[in-house]
Amino acid sequence: MKLNELTISEAQAGLRSKKFTAVELTQACLNRIKERNKELNAFITVCEELALMEAAIADKRLVQGKALPLTGIPFAVKDAICTAGVRSTGAAKILDNYVPPFNATVIEKIRTQGGILLGKNNCDAFGHGASNENSMYGPVKNPRDLKKVAGGSSGGSAAAVADNMCLFAIAEDTGGSIRQPASFCGVVGMRPSYGRNSRFGIMPMASSFDTVGPITKTVADMAIVMQVIAGKDSLDATTVSEVVPDYNVEIKKDLEGLRVGVPKEYFEVDGMDKEVRKIIENQIKNLEKQGAEIINVSLPLTKYAIAVYYVLVPSEVSSNLGRLDGVRYGVRAEGKDLLDLYSNSRAQGFPEEVKRRILIGTYALSAGYYDAYYKKAQQVRTLIRLDFDRVFSDVDVLITPTSPFPSFGLGEKSSDPIQLYLADILVSPAASAGIPAISVPAGETKSGLPVGLQIMGSRLNEGLIMRVANYIKR
Amino acid sequence: MSLSIEEVRKIAKLARIKLTPAEEKRHADTISTVLNFVNTLNEVDTQGVEPTAQVTGLEDVTREDVTKICPYKKELLAQMPLISANLLKVPAVFGDSEDVI
Repeated sequence: MKLNELTISEAQAGLRSKKFTAVELTQACLNRIKERNKELNAFITVCEELALMEAAIADKRLVQGKALPLTGIPFAVKDAICTAGVRSTGAAKILDNYVPPFNATVIEKIRTQGGILLGKNNCDAFGHGASNENSMYGPVKNPRDLKKVAGGSSGGSAAAVADNMCLFAIAEDTGGSIRQPASFCGVVGMRPSYGRNSRFGIMPMASSFDTVGPITKTVADMAIVMQVIAGKDSLDATTVSEVVPDYNVEIKKDLEGLRVGVPKEYFEVDGMDKEVRKIIENQIKNLEKQGAEIINVSLPLTKYAIAVYYVLVPSEVSSNLGRLDGVRYGVRAEGKDLLDLYSNSRAQGFPEEVKRRILIGTYALSAGYYDAYYKKAQQVRTLIRLDFDRVFSDVDVLITPTSPFPSFGLGEKSSDPIQLYLADILVSPAASAGIPAISVPAGETKSGLPVGLQIMGSRLNEGLIMRVANYIKR
Repeated sequence: MSLSIEEVRKIAKLARIKLTPAEEKRHADTISTVLNFVNTLNEVDTQGVEPTAQVTGLEDVTREDVTKICPYKKELLAQMPLISANLLKVPAVFGDSEDVI
């Protein structure tokens, strides 16, 4: 087995027992990136020199027996998350030259614990998309089939982990951006509860939805990374002070007495692929054999979650992206006056979908429309939350497909925004409610495309959903 | 409902994004489709329902209002598109006079 194909736990063991060095492990990942990135386009920036330098420092620590949890483990970061001294574009040309002077808190934590930054992953610009076709640096291809999308918006991160270019990746999930690409590429991806992980230093998309989470090869690896990054941060006032449990212990507990809810609406959405449905139903039967109790439940507002999302998110986007105007940082376009400078910088620096969302948000928040759109959507959001609260009094977790279908063809949905928005129909409700949800590989279609199974839990129950995910066998 | 080209021009101006005539047409079409789609929310009875603005339940999170020294002064200046003697240079805000800093 090649070093870049190892999981985090395997690599930790190998590094500590001196079977290989951090420099060798990092070089194996860099070689894989060199070999495959032209085809997959999973990285926008690769920081080879920095990575090898940090790996050499990690090797010194290992020799001294002072290894930290992630010492010598190479990882990649979505380009919409700030990394000190390493270009962070958000996959939009308006930040083509932006080099953040600081790390996002989660990145700071990982680097402090010894993680080796390999580079920055391609994504839909500022997280706007479900296919990674809205990047101004070109689409990401699915490692399983180069004619198919990697999913989005964190397509580069999911493809990089699936293709063994890194051992894990850090990405961002506003309405499904970690889980959906993880399911399309056959890896594990988790959106934590809103407030569990700090968002300081991520490029904001929709502040009341945005979360940061890992993409890993296994559930055990997910627990390792979450242990490092979870917790309160004085730089993000939305983080909560509840104690972070020992996830490595949590995931090893058994399933006896566990109540698994199966919400029928998630299996009845338009376009539900028969093979996907079958794979998920079989996995649910397997859980029953392992001691879980299966309970059919109903979440009747599921079908409205995407409509809620596409009012509230563009509204928050239109406000959050107001800061990008070519004045203080990023790429400035020429203009005959200040107004012209703003309008030209934004015209040239944003792709079509980002412009569309800013325009929708500007419209929804404008005088006379606020109550009809924004307030109405916020009220339905309340009802979606209450729907989840109600079922979580009867069940411990909910199991659904992550996506109604496996990866689709490049260009297949890109001309119709609604089609692409609906790709997130099963991942968006958890985002509205702020609850944790994980996507774990559950099988493959006959044509060899990965299918992801989603497990949702009540707020701050990351340990529990990871435990259930740990029982899903491919 | 459908959004007219004039309405798209108006919101694009508010949003500070210059659009080409082809973009104006495309956004009028696609945004109209999106608005029709989100109008399905009107099927849901929300009378008396409190709107959700955040999901943590946290209230009044504050910190001390004290100044801190910024350790990144040099790096932040390096990000600026145009500087003059450590100051950001921008076009004049009022009138069409010389660039100001």
